[in-house]
Amino acid sequence: MKRLAWPAGILAALLLVNLIFTDHFFQIEIKEGHLYGSLIDIFRFGAPLILVALGMTLVIATKGIDLSVGSVVAISGAMACLQISTLEAQDSIGGVLGAIGVALALSIALGIGNGFLVAVIGIQPIIATLILMVAGRGLAQLITDGQIITINSDPYKLIGGGYWLTLPFGIIIVAVVLALIAFVTRRLALGLLIESVGGNAEASRLSGIRSHGLLIVVYAFCALCAGIAGLMISSNVSSADGNNAGLWIELDAILAVVIGGTSLAGGRFSLGGTVLGALIIQTLTTTIYSIGVPPETTLLFKALVVTIVCLLQSPAFRAKVFRSRRKPAPPTVPAGEKVTVRT
Amino acid sequence: MKTVALPRRLPAGLNRMPRNYLPVLVTGALFIAMFTAGGIRYEGFATGQIILNVFIDNAFLLVVAVGMTFVILTGGIDLSVGSVVALTTMIAASLLPSTPSFLVILLVLAIGGVLGAAMGAIIHYFEIQPFIVTLAGMFLARGLCYTIGTDSIPISDPTFTAIAQTRIDLAPELWISPTVLIALAVVLVATYTLHYTRLGRNVYAVGGNEQSALLMGLPVARTKIAVYTISGLCSALGGLLLSFYMLSGYGLHAVGMELDAIAAVVIGGTLLTGGSGYLLGTVLGVLVLGLIQTVISFEGTLSSWWTKIVIGLLLLVFILLQRLIVTTGVSRER
Repeated sequence: MKRLAWPAGILAALLLVNLIFTDHFFQIEIKEGHLYGSLIDIFRFGAPLILVALGMTLVIATKGIDLSVGSVVAISGAMACLQISTLEAQDSIGGVLGAIGVALALSIALGIGNGFLVAVIGIQPIIATLILMVAGRGLAQLITDGQIITINSDPYKLIGGGYWLTLPFGIIIVAVVLALIAFVTRRLALGLLIESVGGNAEASRLSGIRSHGLLIVVYAFCALCAGIAGLMISSNVSSADGNNAGLWIELDAILAVVIGGTSLAGGRFSLGGTVLGALIIQTLTTTIYSIGVPPETTLLFKALVVTIVCLLQSPAFRAKVFRSRRKPAPPTVPAGEKVTVRT
Repeated sequence: MKTVALPRRLPAGLNRMPRNYLPVLVTGALFIAMFTAGGIRYEGFATGQIILNVFIDNAFLLVVAVGMTFVILTGGIDLSVGSVVALTTMIAASLLPSTPSFLVILLVLAIGGVLGAAMGAIIHYFEIQPFIVTLAGMFLARGLCYTIGTDSIPISDPTFTAIAQTRIDLAPELWISPTVLIALAVVLVATYTLHYTRLGRNVYAVGGNEQSALLMGLPVARTKIAVYTISGLCSALGGLLLSFYMLSGYGLHAVGMELDAIAAVVIGGTLLTGGSGYLLGTVLGVLVLGLIQTVISFEGTLSSWWTKIVIGLLLLVFILLQRLIVTTGVSRER
């Protein structure tokens, strides 16, 4: 739990800023049977990022990285919208389910491809997934023929923009996926196996863990999460844009994972930390809009927060900076100053 | 430029040479094959000017890829290059109306170098992965661009426009722009640095095995900070070349360029684990990327997204090839 202290503190600080500068930020009300409020919005708009980051967490725990998730987001959204646009009745639930099935199956297939390159051929994960990152954007545009496909389908709209039991449907999907991952990795042995492959792949293989198959499953699962996120994003705007959907979401997802305390060196992971990390990124964006900072500077703040969080988590940094004043000083202040000087 | 490929230990290492240089040779062969195929298929393709045009259109990418090669040779990665390029065009465009052009050029180069050095220092002293640090650098530079302005700013400075419009005639029907000369000069200086100076040796040593380099007493800290500084400098210079080419500063210039640069380095046969690769390969990698775009524009009916798909497939082929070479090489040595 101590590992979660830093990200939780940052999130609390961000929320505190909102409490001071934004009126009614913590107000949650019920309109027409739906929950409304800034906090709900953070969850709702953050849902795709949380999903992608959860998949990414498992990949990073195996000492890997998946750069292709953004492209998979675009491909999955494009595929689903293409299928739905060819339906005669776009509202037919069967047709929409079929389209979702095709899109997710395609995502899983792409993930298996990544896993195959990493596990069987032995290519560095960053490069193996770079291939799909570059080619996948092209594929997504190939599927949409370079156009933006717009659809008009109520069942499909539900995934990203709809409500169920007063909650946005996206939040429910995230909760289900999170519960599933948490159960499979923490209550079954899978989490242990993943961490052991991340710690030392060769030693795990020698001790009888089928690391190849495990890696392929992890990459396929990460792509599946990205595929679901792609459905959410395209459903929210009822259209598929092969060029811009999910652009740079892989970087945000990796940041969320790292902010959440999962080391890129592999061997351990924290699902709670990842959710916190993704929420920090989304809260940051919402905060910037709500306290009236020009949106152009979003990236500056992001760079600042990322640097602060990563420095605070680096043992080398803590050893160098806090060594001389270990006793009284509240640690956030000197660290913050240090970072501002660099930028 | 062929000088890069000249084996430095020819007598003893003749039988080893093909393996070390094989990726570069394959990239070179691919370039020639693509050019020949294009020449057979399209009318007016097989001229010297087509190759020169590839140089002219990709001079800035070439410079950025050279910097990236240094970083990747030490086993690191620099994701910030595209944003630094954009930041350079933006700063240059916004300062030029009021500031002498040589001051602007010096200033942007200094900014690029300082940014790179800062990232290198954080990477080395605080032991944070290069991927994350340069990602933050990417956000920072891109964010600074948008803070300066969200619109495209035209450049009308006489020096910049003069460089942009100059044509250097090599022969009848053959011409290049001054930016190509700058890019080639950068390649030559970088080649000299990598192969004939202490810094170059250190770069290869750190990339081969950082721990061993440290135990040998090599200045690992200085080398690592130096390569990121070089990459920052090259990005800033690439940004200048891009502002000569585009005559505008824009926060959305060079989006995703880091991927092109990394792709060029990988296609050029440099291993991402570090320690192995040549600048000639990077040059050929940039040329191959540029030629793909030329072929697709000649084809006419092919849409632009085929560029991405072809580049992805090429990456796949080259990485599989490298994998093959590395595994057979290791088994031969043992």
